[in-house]
Amino acid sequence: MEVNELRVNVWRGGADGRFQQFAVPRRASQTVLDVVTYIQRRLDPTLAYRFACRVGMCGSCAMTVNGAPRWTCRTHVDRVARDGALEIAPLANMPVVRDLVADMREFFDKWAKARGQFTPTRTRADEFAVVKPASRQRMEADAGIECIGCGVCYAACDVVKWNRDYLGPAALNRAWTLANDARDGGQKARLHAVAGDAGCHSCHTTMSCTELCPKKLSPTRSISGLKRATLAIVLRGEDGE
Amino acid sequence: MSARREARLWVVQRASAALLAFCVAVHLVTIVYAVRGGLSAAEVLSRTRGNFAWMAFYALFVFAAAAHGSIGLRTVAMEWLGWKKSTADLLMWFAASGLAGLGAQAVYAVVRP
Ligand code: SF4
Ligand code: SF4
Ligand code: FES
Repeated sequence: MEVNELRVNVWRGGADGRFQQFAVPRRASQTVLDVVTYIQRRLDPTLAYRFACRVGMCGSCAMTVNGAPRWTCRTHVDRVARDGALEIAPLANMPVVRDLVADMREFFDKWAKARGQFTPTRTRADEFAVVKPASRQRMEADAGIECIGCGVCYAACDVVKWNRDYLGPAALNRAWTLANDARDGGQKARLHAVAGDAGCHSCHTTMSCTELCPKKLSPTRSISGLKRATLAIVLRGEDGE
Repeated sequence: MSARREARLWVVQRASAALLAFCVAVHLVTIVYAVRGGLSAAEVLSRTRGNFAWMAFYALFVFAAAAHGSIGLRTVAMEWLGWKKSTADLLMWFAASGLAGLGAQAVYAVVRP
């Protein structure tokens, strides 16, 4: 028999909240975000959740779906429902604001801590920097550049859970793309920011981030790159600025 | 400084892992070779006594195991037991010196002429 109704358990309230069950009609090509939107529009307008683009670009719709973090706008119910049931909760490893909304401040603050900002070295009076598309550095940066900041990797990472200071896969991936940017002038300080027990050396290479990243990036690989890059600190005894 | 220290420990951890891969392989082959036709203390000692090559090999093995194991314990203590870094560092040095000391004693016992 075809299942034409989904049983959906949705997290309600803050950290001390609980799951509430809703029945949602099953549709063709239905996404998890469609399900949440249906509940908010038809069943309970007080449900809080976050989304913007609905097409996998903005990174705001990530939630925990049947136990794993996912971008909900591009996750089809077909792929994740088990026996017609869905369990939807806010992203893990972040404080809950309310219902399905997680507080992403710490997640983004860590990008800044990992020196995820571009440090310019030229002015507009200078010539353009020429970066060859086939150069090793450009290819390394390309491999990590498409991150949409959704926080899925961060929610999936066990080390983030164990060590609240750990910068996490997304921030370190960002740092690695900049570490390969020939135009950037903040390399030394960045290397120091990402080394150490809050940084790349804490990664256990478990690859949950890489497994679940919706953009198919490999933060694990970027983090290995950073580890190798920090050899400079050891060999040359470089100090931070 | 934390960054450099952690980076150093990471290098030692990597390097000792590589050494261990080599040492464990040699060790396993030696075991298979040594037990063919029965294992006796006399036979083992006849091979190792006064043999400088075996002494160097096992000293290296002990050194790599002590370094690798103790750095690993430090991480486990911090991540799973929530120990402060300074306490975990003490554990690391304690484990490293204990393992190195016991290992050195064992090496000396089998190679001493
Ligand atoms: S590979 Fe590293 S960053 Fe990625 S989930 Fe595992 S521990 Fe976290
Ligand atoms: S690396 Fe992937 S999972 Fe992590 S924030 Fe970026 S897009 Fe999301
Ligand atoms: S709503 Fe923008 S990525 Fe899902």
